[in-house]
Amino acid sequence: MALSYVLEPAVSGFNFENSTRNIVLENGSEEGKIKAPKPMKTGTTIAGVVYKDGVVLGADTRATSDEVVADKMCAKIHYIAPNIYCCGAGTAADTEKTTDMLSSNLTIFSMNSGRNPRVVMAVNILQDMLFRYRGMIGAHLILGGVDCTGSHLYTVGPYGSIDKVPYLAMGSGKLPAMGILEDRFKGNMDLEEAKALVSDAIHAGIMSDLGSGNNIDLCVITKEGVDYIRPHRESIYNYKRQAKYKYKPGTTPVLTKTVNQLELELVHETVQMMETAGSS
Amino acid sequence: MKEYHYTGPVEHKFSPYAFNGGTVLAVAGEDFALVASDTRLSEGYSIHSRDSPKCYKLTDTTVIGCSGFHGDCLTLTKIIEARLKMYKHSNNKNMTSGAIAAMLSTILYGRRFFPYYVYNIIGGLDEEGRGAVYSFDPVGSYQRDTYKAGGSASAMLQPLLDNQIGFKNMENVEQVPLSLEKAVQLVKDVFISAAERDVYTGDALKICIITKEGVREEIVPLRKD
Repeated sequence: MALSYVLEPAVSGFNFENSTRNIVLENGSEEGKIKAPKPMKTGTTIAGVVYKDGVVLGADTRATSDEVVADKMCAKIHYIAPNIYCCGAGTAADTEKTTDMLSSNLTIFSMNSGRNPRVVMAVNILQDMLFRYRGMIGAHLILGGVDCTGSHLYTVGPYGSIDKVPYLAMGSGKLPAMGILEDRFKGNMDLEEAKALVSDAIHAGIMSDLGSGNNIDLCVITKEGVDYIRPHRESIYNYKRQAKYKYKPGTTPVLTKTVNQLELELVHETVQMMETAGSS
Repeated sequence: MKEYHYTGPVEHKFSPYAFNGGTVLAVAGEDFALVASDTRLSEGYSIHSRDSPKCYKLTDTTVIGCSGFHGDCLTLTKIIEARLKMYKHSNNKNMTSGAIAAMLSTILYGRRFFPYYVYNIIGGLDEEGRGAVYSFDPVGSYQRDTYKAGGSASAMLQPLLDNQIGFKNMENVEQVPLSLEKAVQLVKDVFISAAERDVYTGDALKICIITKEGVREEIVPLRKD
């Protein structure tokens, strides 16, 4: 069967050897308390909507590490297959790697069977993997795609739960986004209406949620192809600084200078002319 | 490791504090002082208000900036204002910046074992008309500075101020004394940068400029997302 050699369950899951040591370190004596490093979370707003001809997925572009913005232009809509894309919220590394693995598996399947993968197949593989890791992989995903059976939108939770719905929002900004979606969603919308709806839902998440911000990316999937619009709407806040903070050479003090001569022997010499003519 | 199926008595701790975000900054010049703060009030990942400035005017020559737990900020400023009135009534003069700073230190230490969760910075003019900045920790330790940043984005702002106002880590640079226009422009620029990278800072910036003419306010918009 195609799946048996596509998907090999990993032999070792997470390595818990250090967990007792970590507990001792974290709860140790008052002076010796050490905090574990926190993984970067995306604190996000992602949304998806099924419309007349396909699926529209949307995401913001801010990645936070606690209260600091780590990345202002991070890409949260990941490629899975030519007809399937996935938005990820939660721990950034988990969403990246999970979607990468899913994409590799589906590419192998496509090559073996000569078919485009179906969205249900992607969802089942994800569900299988996330359930096996008992929620330790913090990936909250929205999967959308168009295959031979139609347009589909699914959500997969970190513990392995799935939900098949016509419109959806996930991430820390899901409540404001769902407010907009619940108000204006209707079945069989046309393209411009669907794009405006998803864009406004993400915008609501960006304004009301501190973990979401900056620009809005959209991805429109139809049976003809995919339109990945990055960015669809740029942030209107581009306040410029009034002064230029430049430093003249000599501002940084040079304390010592050591020169190590390299003993080189000229073996072979070639000259390649650079084209410097023309404007630069 | 976290227990997922624990059954039995569970202790729920109630925390009397919350962290409401916000950044404050104060700069002292030759004959002026600036106290600036953003106006966003947040909790967790939500915004409570986009228009809640953290600078409070105490007298014509002193402004205090408080960030941290908003409940304690409000109570603390009420107590300070009451004490200022009491001083005015008994001594027939306004408190000087130095005196307010010393008084605040004792008020904060009075609650050493259940502190006010507030990071205070006082900016004002001293008796000679020179700019003064006093920065505090939550239990009352204070010192007079030339410039200080406090609150959630303080770690991002303080190094830039050290470099631009204190001329630290630079050589062969002409150390011109800070003018009011340059200080205001620097404060606006650092807050624009802080709003880019700190989620708790944003919405608008309020700058209180203290000179011998009195206290003037300027409001500048910042990122709202």
